[in-house]
Amino acid sequence: MNYVLIIGAKSDIAKELARIYAMNNFNLILAGREINSLNDLSQDLKIRYKIDVQLVEFNITDFESHESFFNDLIIKPVGIILSAGFMTDQKVCEIDFDKSLNTINVNYVGAVSILNIFANLFEQNKNGFIIGISSVAGDRGRKANYIYGSAKAGFSAYLSGLRNRLYKSNVHVLTVKPGFVYTKMTEHLNLPEKLTAQPDEIAKDIFHAQQINIDVLYSKWLWKYIMLIIKHIPETIFKKLNI
Amino acid sequence: MQNSNLTSWGNYPKLKNKVYKFRDLDSLKNLLASNKIFIAYGNGRSYGDSALNEHIIYTKNWNYFLDFDEVNGILHVQSGVLLSEILDIIVPKGWFLKVTPGTKLITVGGAIASDVHGKNHHIEGCFSESVIEFNLMLPNGEIKNCQKNDELFLATAGGMGLTGIILDAKIALKKINSKNINQTTIKTKNLKETFEAFEKYSEMPYSVAWIDCLAKDKNIGRSLLMVGDFANDGDLNYKSKQKINIPFNLPSFLLNNITVKIFNWLYYHKNYKQIKTQKVEIDSFFYPLDSIDNWNRIYGSNGFTQYQFILPKEKSFSGLSEILEKIAESGKGSFLAVLKLYGKQNNNYLSFPIEGYSLALDFKIEDSLFKLLDDLDKIVVKYGGRIYLTKDSRVKKEFFKKGYPKIYKFKEIRSKNKMNDKFESLQSNRLGI
Ligand SMILES: Cc1cc2nc3c(=O)[nH]c(=O)nc-3n(C[C@H](O)[C@H](O)[C@H](O)COP(=O)(O)OP(=O)(O)OC[C@H]3O[C@@H](n4cnc5c(N)ncnc54)[C@H](O)[C@@H]3O)c2cc1C
Ligand SMILES: NC(=O)c1ccc[n+]([C@@H]2O[C@H](COP(=O)([O-])OP(=O)(O)OC[C@H]3O[C@@H](n4cnc5c(N)ncnc54)[C@H](OP(=O)(O)O)[C@@H]3O)[C@@H](O)[C@H]2O)c1
Repeated sequence: MNYVLIIGAKSDIAKELARIYAMNNFNLILAGREINSLNDLSQDLKIRYKIDVQLVEFNITDFESHESFFNDLIIKPVGIILSAGFMTDQKVCEIDFDKSLNTINVNYVGAVSILNIFANLFEQNKNGFIIGISSVAGDRGRKANYIYGSAKAGFSAYLSGLRNRLYKSNVHVLTVKPGFVYTKMTEHLNLPEKLTAQPDEIAKDIFHAQQINIDVLYSKWLWKYIMLIIKHIPETIFKKLNI
Repeated sequence: MQNSNLTSWGNYPKLKNKVYKFRDLDSLKNLLASNKIFIAYGNGRSYGDSALNEHIIYTKNWNYFLDFDEVNGILHVQSGVLLSEILDIIVPKGWFLKVTPGTKLITVGGAIASDVHGKNHHIEGCFSESVIEFNLMLPNGEIKNCQKNDELFLATAGGMGLTGIILDAKIALKKINSKNINQTTIKTKNLKETFEAFEKYSEMPYSVAWIDCLAKDKNIGRSLLMVGDFANDGDLNYKSKQKINIPFNLPSFLLNNITVKIFNWLYYHKNYKQIKTQKVEIDSFFYPLDSIDNWNRIYGSNGFTQYQFILPKEKSFSGLSEILEKIAESGKGSFLAVLKLYGKQNNNYLSFPIEGYSLALDFKIEDSLFKLLDDLDKIVVKYGGRIYLTKDSRVKKEFFKKGYPKIYKFKEIRSKNKMNDKFESLQSNRLGI
């Protein structure tokens, strides 16, 4: 049976992805910081779905460790899902460069560092899939969230290039752009119910999109149209808006 | 936190609420440490207001399987796991729940908090009888392991979420050798015959009757009694049935007196023979209503309530006759009326079952309903009976108290552990629990 690697597996969206892939008979390698806290999840997945689950320690901003992380994986996965992300208050980022840097490092630099390695493997194998969880925030920089947004924009552009490169090698790259999702990341925010998805809805959308080779997925779907409008507002007007 | 308007299965009462989830014990503890008052919410399959309040702790995401001992049939799960998820895992391995209610779409936490029962109450008792132990988070964040006969066990099983948050439970399972049930249906002409049939088949592990609530005079109490037991054919290939969805609230005029009458008539006459035997699967025997998603919406947007009471056995005949007459007279009442004979009462302070007969029926919410139900309460109390809290959204304090003599003990435990400062539901406020 094939293995899927999930980076940032402690994320609420990732846990639901783990379930869906397990339900569909994939074994799992779950990677993240202090990963042993996922022991209960791992046990649950084994009991429910009779699959194998491995927990591996991983820090996405510890770039140096990525090569050995890869080499130490005895079984190489057929697909990788990158779900690690970091978002903090924009105002804090503006005065604290370390926070800005971590935002960029987790959402962009770290992602490039680890996906470069797996891209080479999949390219060589002429097989595999890469799912990157980016964000609608990367579609246009807004004053409320542009440090995080610009890091996600970089990540989205990276994934687009990767897709272009790996197309001929039969490697599918899926860019996921969630709108709002009820997770740990947004717990303190008051999100509009109609526009906000539950993690398991996002996970279902992602699994489905991966299975049928979709390139870019907005979830919930109506975010596709919201962002279409937002992207097309002329900059002269956009700069005056409070959105 | 999420702004929401969670309701229970009856869609009545309606309110706005704030919903909180927790992903680890620390975050739950922190939540409880805030100055808010909470009530746990499982899968909202209770009909009334016992899981409702302004601040709701939503447990359905707390849903890991922690251990399954396939040899001895012992399962350890977190409280948000649904019974349906449990069946998917255990039935193919030759195990079943010792006790299951008429829907599998409830959480283990909800099963304990309501101390639910099934068609085999006269043999296996309530859900808590199959619970070996559970962990409970108290208002101060302390986690207590509760075992049979512990004070906290007796208070929490049946305690409607008012003692704390049930975290996980170890459950003993029942060995089966088939996913099929041999079911016998017996048609009875009146209440006397129905009672006799219950007694005659009391050895059968599962029994329940559908009763025609609108029948009058000499026909009062006519029923279809369904009894059954697991087959022994070794077929454990269990797959949950696909569901039909009712996507919106139907206008309530669809459910007028006439449709109810027609439904009752059809149900009653589709079995021509006096006694009929057939082999059916788990889902159709135990969970016939689960095959229609959101069937509660047929009652329209005003919602509905289920009136369920139980009467001591020796008084059941006179009590039920009186109540059925009253319901038939009112012309209200549902196609869903369920009659069952219960076994011995357990020691939990607020568990519903006592030895006797219980009747459950659905009523669409309308202004004139409440007077009828108040009148029924009077009869129930007169015959020494009680109302099932997990179905209730309207009973008055004084009627409730008369039915549950151990309420004083329960309240004592609540105040001793400061549970009444932290956990309240609309129901507990209404009833002064
Ligand atoms: C079609 C249908 C058939 C039914 N048949 C039967 C039947 O045959 N027998 C029977 O006994 N019942 C029956 N019921 C009622 C149902 O089994 C109970 O109401 C059950 O408690 C619902 O569980 P839930 O998980 O949906 O909990 P909810 O409805 O969300 O909550 C019910 C109660 O449990 C408490 N609770 C939930 N989780 C926790 C937790 N983790 N810790 C502490 N408290 C908690 C809540 O505070 C509330 O008081 C039926 C319901 C339906 C819809
Ligand atoms: N929630 C939303 O509304 C939303 C919207 C659009 C996009 N997204 C994106 O969706 C993805 C999943 O996020 P989520 O919503 O599920 O939130 P989440 O639960 O907060 O998940 C984020 C995860 O990233 C991990 N992470 C952070 N820094 C890391 C590091 N240095 N090394 C390894 N892992 C690290 C965190 O690990 P720890 O658990 O160890 O902290 C956490 O598990 C993220 O990429 C996020 O940007 C979310």
